[in-house]
Order: sequence, then structure tokens, then C-alpha cells
Amino acid sequence: MLLNGVRNAAIARKQGGGINGMEQTMAVSLRESVQLVSDPRNLDASVEEVFQLMLGVACNRDPGPVLLEAESVTAVVGFGGLLSGACVFRSGSSTAIKIAALMTGMEFDEVDDTVKDAIGEVGNMLAGAWKGKVPDLAANCGLSVPAVITGRDYNLHVQAPEFQLHHVYRFGEASFEVTIVCDGLQ
Amino acid sequence: MTEIRALIVDDSSVMRKIVERALRQAGIDLKVVHEAGSGTEGLDLLRTRQVDLILSDINMPSMDGLEFLRQIRAQELAPGVPVVMITTESSEEHVKQAILAGAQGYIRKPFTAEQVKERVLPLLDAA
Repeated sequence: MLLNGVRNAAIARKQGGGINGMEQTMAVSLRESVQLVSDPRNLDASVEEVFQLMLGVACNRDPGPVLLEAESVTAVVGFGGLLSGACVFRSGSSTAIKIAALMTGMEFDEVDDTVKDAIGEVGNMLAGAWKGKVPDLAANCGLSVPAVITGRDYNLHVQAPEFQLHHVYRFGEASFEVTIVCDGLQ
Repeated sequence: MTEIRALIVDDSSVMRKIVERALRQAGIDLKVVHEAGSGTEGLDLLRTRQVDLILSDINMPSMDGLEFLRQIRAQELAPGVPVVMITTESSEEHVKQAILAGAQGYIRKPFTAEQVKERVLPLLDAA
């Protein structure tokens, strides 16, 4: 339900005044470039770029599973336009706190509003960097504002996506996962 | 360079702080930094405060950055003050939209302090 909400927000933003005047480009189709759009290297490059530039840390893809914690933080940014779906960032609370500390230079004891804000911005930048790797996608796909979820024992489920990328990354001892879900491609 | 009064508009308080830090790292002497969480808040602030530089996100709830920019120009708020968009949107179409709306600069997130320096300093020197 949340995924539908952020995706619809991205579609509304794409069709609204924020990036109006671009509807004439909707004749472009991403169907023929689905392999380029779903290239897993684009996601790896986006994660490395965001973490290097905004946090100053080298971040690499990890073949192992994400380190489990009881509490987790998830940021969801919806895509709307030629591609509909979402970019989902998820980490344990301690990793989220570490990321917020690196971004802000502040110290945090818990996942407060500033930590949630920081994780939402990470999700936003990952989504923007990822779609920016494919010019037709960059120009014809809008982003929703991030939604951030915290808690325990929840899972993301999407029925029959067009494609899905799910990667785990690590910096130092911290790990997180990023998922790109595409449930519609024009 | 004289002391600069800046307005930073972004719905993320974390990003506002990061932009402020990048401006300081760029060697810009900030006298005061006003913050706004939306275009609407930014317009309200510009009606009562004078600024020398405006940096704005595009993707924001309530009033996005492009509409904020159009309203600044339409209402003749902050005449002659350079506006730089800082956003995750990076396509040529988005840059074109921002320039048409009246932006003088465009910085893509994620960014470095060096990129902020390269884009912002020439605008302040020319103002």
C-alpha cells in the first residue's frame, strides 16, 4: 500500500507543475532499453557515488546478506512516468544512525527525526542518481518525496514486478540493502 | 568578499545543514543563513528579509522549487539575487526548466563542496 502511495505521488509530481512542459517527450519508450535500465552496474555506481560524495566513505557491494537488527529504517522513493516503481533503502537502526552521523557531523543515540530525514535524503539521492544513469529515464521519470518507515518485523512485497534489483552494500562494519522495483515500463 | 546573507530552501533539514556546510567550506563568508522547508516558507521569508543568495531544492511538497522560483520572479522578490537549484533531478530538460524559470545555477545531488564553490562563487562575484 505504501509503495502504491509513493509511486502515485511520483506520477502526480511527474504530471504536475514541478516538471511540466516535458510531456512532449513522452513519445520516448524505455521498452527497447530495458536491459540498460535494469543494468545492475548502474545501481552499484549510484550507491558508490552517493556514499563517497555525501558521506566520504567507500561503499562496496557485498555478496552476503544484510546484517540483521531487530529495528530497521526504510526509505521509499517512488518513480512515476515512463517507469513506475520505487527505490527502497533499508538498514538496521545502528547503520542508519552511523549514516546520519557521517552526513551531519552530529552524534545520535537513537533513530530520531534527523536520522529519518537523513535516510530519506539518502533514498532520494540514490533514486535520482540511479535514474540519472539512463538519459531517457532521467528526463521522463519523476520522483516522489521520500517516505521513511521505522520499526520491526516488516517486509516489502511487490507482486510480479517487471524487474527488480536487490543488492547489499557494506562500508566498514555497516551494511544495508537497496532495492529497485519496476512494476511498469512504457 | 563581503558577508553573505543566504536563504536555503529544502524540505530536508539535514540537506539544509549540508548545503550550509558546503557554502562555508567553499570559503563563502556567511553572515546569516535563513532556512525554509518549502517554497511557500521561502516566499514568506523573502517578503521580510533581504538576502544575497538563494539555494533551493526542486522536489518539495507544498510548493516545489520551480514554482518557488517563478513566484520570486513574478512577485519581484529578491531582484538581482542569484538563485541556484540543488536537486537530484539531473536531466537537460530539468536544467532547461530551471533556467527558464530564472535560475542562474544548477547543482546535482550528491555534490561536493568544490562543485558548490565552482557554481556559486562566480555568481556572487558578478552580483
